[in-house]
Amino acid sequence: MADILDQAWELSPSVALRPEPFGALAYHFGNRRLTFLKRRELVEVVQGLGGAPDARTALERAGVPAAQWGAYARALRGLADADMIRQRDTTGEAP
Amino acid sequence: MTDTTAEANGAVGSASGSLIETFERGLDAPICLTWELTYACNLSCVHCLSSSGRRDPRELTTEKCEAVIDELQAMQVFYVNIGGGEPTVRPDFWHLLEYAVDHHVGVKFSTNGVRIDPARARYLASTDYVDVQVSLDGATAEVNDRVRGPGSFDTAMRALDNLAAAGFRDAKLSVVVTRHNVPQLDEFKRIADEHGATLRLTRLRPSGRGADVWDDLHPTPAQQRELYDWLVRAGENVLTGDSFFHLAGFGGKLPGLNMCGAGRVVCLIDPVGDVYACPFAIHDAFRAGNVLTDGGFARVWRTSELFARLRAPQDGGACASCRFYDACRGGCMAAKFFTGLPLDGPDPECVQGHGEPALADPRRTVPAPGRDHSHRTAPRKRRSPGPVPVRIGRRPEPAAPPASPCQESPLAGFTATEMTSPETAER
Repeated sequence: MADILDQAWELSPSVALRPEPFGALAYHFGNRRLTFLKRRELVEVVQGLGGAPDARTALERAGVPAAQWGAYARALRGLADADMIRQRDTTGEAP
Repeated sequence: MTDTTAEANGAVGSASGSLIETFERGLDAPICLTWELTYACNLSCVHCLSSSGRRDPRELTTEKCEAVIDELQAMQVFYVNIGGGEPTVRPDFWHLLEYAVDHHVGVKFSTNGVRIDPARARYLASTDYVDVQVSLDGATAEVNDRVRGPGSFDTAMRALDNLAAAGFRDAKLSVVVTRHNVPQLDEFKRIADEHGATLRLTRLRPSGRGADVWDDLHPTPAQQRELYDWLVRAGENVLTGDSFFHLAGFGGKLPGLNMCGAGRVVCLIDPVGDVYACPFAIHDAFRAGNVLTDGGFARVWRTSELFARLRAPQDGGACASCRFYDACRGGCMAAKFFTGLPLDGPDPECVQGHGEPALADPRRTVPAPGRDHSHRTAPRKRRSPGPVPVRIGRRPEPAAPPASPCQESPLAGFTATEMTSPETAER
């Protein structure tokens, strides 16, 4: 499997994020799943995915130390499996 | 309530540990909210939580309902569980459904199926953001209709058939677990699977008319174990509205939110705009305010004294010393309240057996019921029923005529036996 951190991602169009003191609630209107994002840093990463060329850049921009990237990659994989985030088609985007 | 997803991951996923504590302190807006749109219902289910039947003349107008939806949108309440009564009998139900969806408030509504005809089913199938939950409390007409009334099994099955035929995906088949349907759990699952639906099991609460039947209908201790094992096997393929957290006392957590969310992450708005701590607590003791008279829903949610108390740290009371307290958190507040048990003690259905001695306590008093909108199943007693019987003869004199200070008769206050009429003497 390709490294999720090398890929371009974005929040699914069916998902709404509600900021909370602990992080955020994410609700998927399509599959009606509610997910808790338990860290504010993760919320920042998820919100930054759409504007970053790849997930690794989103992590850097959110100030996540490289030592934690593995854990964040697993969290992002979990979000992808629930369709909370979606891989982004980068065709046509400026390099 | 929240049918949550649980993922075994540190940063994403199920509510546990510190997150449970965060939730217990309450959030700025509910995670999900139940809104009973009307007390009117075509059925008279014996266990109705809201004692529904007749419409309340003070029910919120269409305009007021829209204002509530506007507030929910502003608070980012993702979805609302609409119920009743039977919400679809409100003439503006379909309008309000569209209004909510247009304002990005998802709707999951509960229905007995009475209005889900093929045309409505096709409409629902074409709409995103709407989920339908059909209530069925027996996998056979015999078991179901005993609780929900004659013909209600056929009505629900017809609704499920119509939804499936229209291509509605993943409707919910919602079952209140009772002593009579625990043996039918597999059968319910089969009905749900056949209709492309998801089974949702919830706990029988002694709330509303449920108080009258709870003793006879709540699952036996052996059935609770059976239910727990069944839920563990089913995992996330069966929803529970997170209503069985008292079963966590068996030792292992069930998927979802294992805590009481009343006033913390959930609440209820009733048809007249009263806000209660949870859908199972329609009683003055749990009324936080009113959306019309107390400055709107957000204000009630954020400033209610009752909700502040519910969000304050709880010490576990009599349950604090139990080693399963962290799992079940003392169980369901409404179940305790409506069976007359102390709120800081064990749940009446405590799986460690602490409920039975509490229920046997002679000092236990069950609270008087709250609002009652039940159908009047027997005609009201009238003061003069039918024609007045007429008899010819002397008017019978009262055994002791009333005496008053201005009574002129010298015999006032006396009853002289020889003066009594024949009728009186025959007694």
